[in-house]
Amino acid sequence: MHELSIACSIVETVEENLPNENSRATKIYLKIGKMSGVVKDALLFSFDIATQDTRVFGATLEIEELPIIVYCEKCHKNSELGNPPIFRCEHCGELTGNLIQGKEMELVSIEVEDGKATNS
Amino acid sequence: MEKPRILEVRQGILKKNDQLAGDLRGRFHNANICVIDLVSSPGAGKTAFLEETLRRLNEQGFKVAALVGDLATENDAKRLERSGVPVRQIETHGICHLEAEMIERNLEGWDLEELDFLFIENVGNLVCPSSYDLGEDARAVLHAVTEGEDKPLKYPTIFNSSDIAIITKIDLAEVCEFDREACYENIHAVRPGIPILETSGKKGIGFDEWFAYLKDLKKGVGSRAKAV
Repeated sequence: MHELSIACSIVETVEENLPNENSRATKIYLKIGKMSGVVKDALLFSFDIATQDTRVFGATLEIEELPIIVYCEKCHKNSELGNPPIFRCEHCGELTGNLIQGKEMELVSIEVEDGKATNS
Repeated sequence: MEKPRILEVRQGILKKNDQLAGDLRGRFHNANICVIDLVSSPGAGKTAFLEETLRRLNEQGFKVAALVGDLATENDAKRLERSGVPVRQIETHGICHLEAEMIERNLEGWDLEELDFLFIENVGNLVCPSSYDLGEDARAVLHAVTEGEDKPLKYPTIFNSSDIAIITKIDLAEVCEFDREACYENIHAVRPGIPILETSGKKGIGFDEWFAYLKDLKKGVGSRAKAV
């Protein structure tokens, strides 16, 4: 289960992007492709552990899962793949390795609450 | 309390690993060294295959080295040292995959310019290593005939992210009633067009084809190095 490593990377990136020491993340929006190797439930579970004692603690993860889509060069059409993903064009039946979506692992945006700046 | 606001980030979650892997790839190309990452489930025969690969390439006069990821023991490194080439163990202490940072840290003291090939034996795991770029030129996924034929369908991401599939323990194919056709079909279903080799580390089968692949790969690296 590498989702804990992924969750730690998310926390690190979020903390780097928080505007100041008093701001906290309340929601984190992710896009995760179904071919990224990341399991959503495992990531949600790991996230709670990874946020302990950070400014991301208590934030919720909003994960948009992106389906696997391949492009067929023969008939120039896209196909959405099922589970297991067979890389075959649903229109002409040709095998195609041309993956155009599904490997994403993107931190899209963060919902931030700005705390009051302290005089330090 | 002020109203929450949305900050756009639009950043890859593994950006740090990817950047470091990119830097490593640049270093490897500048040194004209070809790097291969071996992935498989535990027990698929990575170490036996690698041992034979290192021994034979060494005999042929190539300068080779290996980094070996393992959860807890140094057994694999000890086995590989018998091949007479430099081997380093990366103990991951329970982490289920190798990351670019572990590779960088363990290259210290090695003169990359002196090497032709560097092999990275990833942790035995068909899920986690798939997400992490290590700066390699090719990822080879190993699949033993003893594992049956449907592993590619169960673990499509690792097969899809690999550049070559190596069937191992082919000497046991008959005993295991290995269905070659089904296995090829399943590999190509999740990774159309990927080259497939049949090998046995113990019996020394399939190494000529494997070395032909490696030498082609190395030529590609050489031409990229010149272009830099």
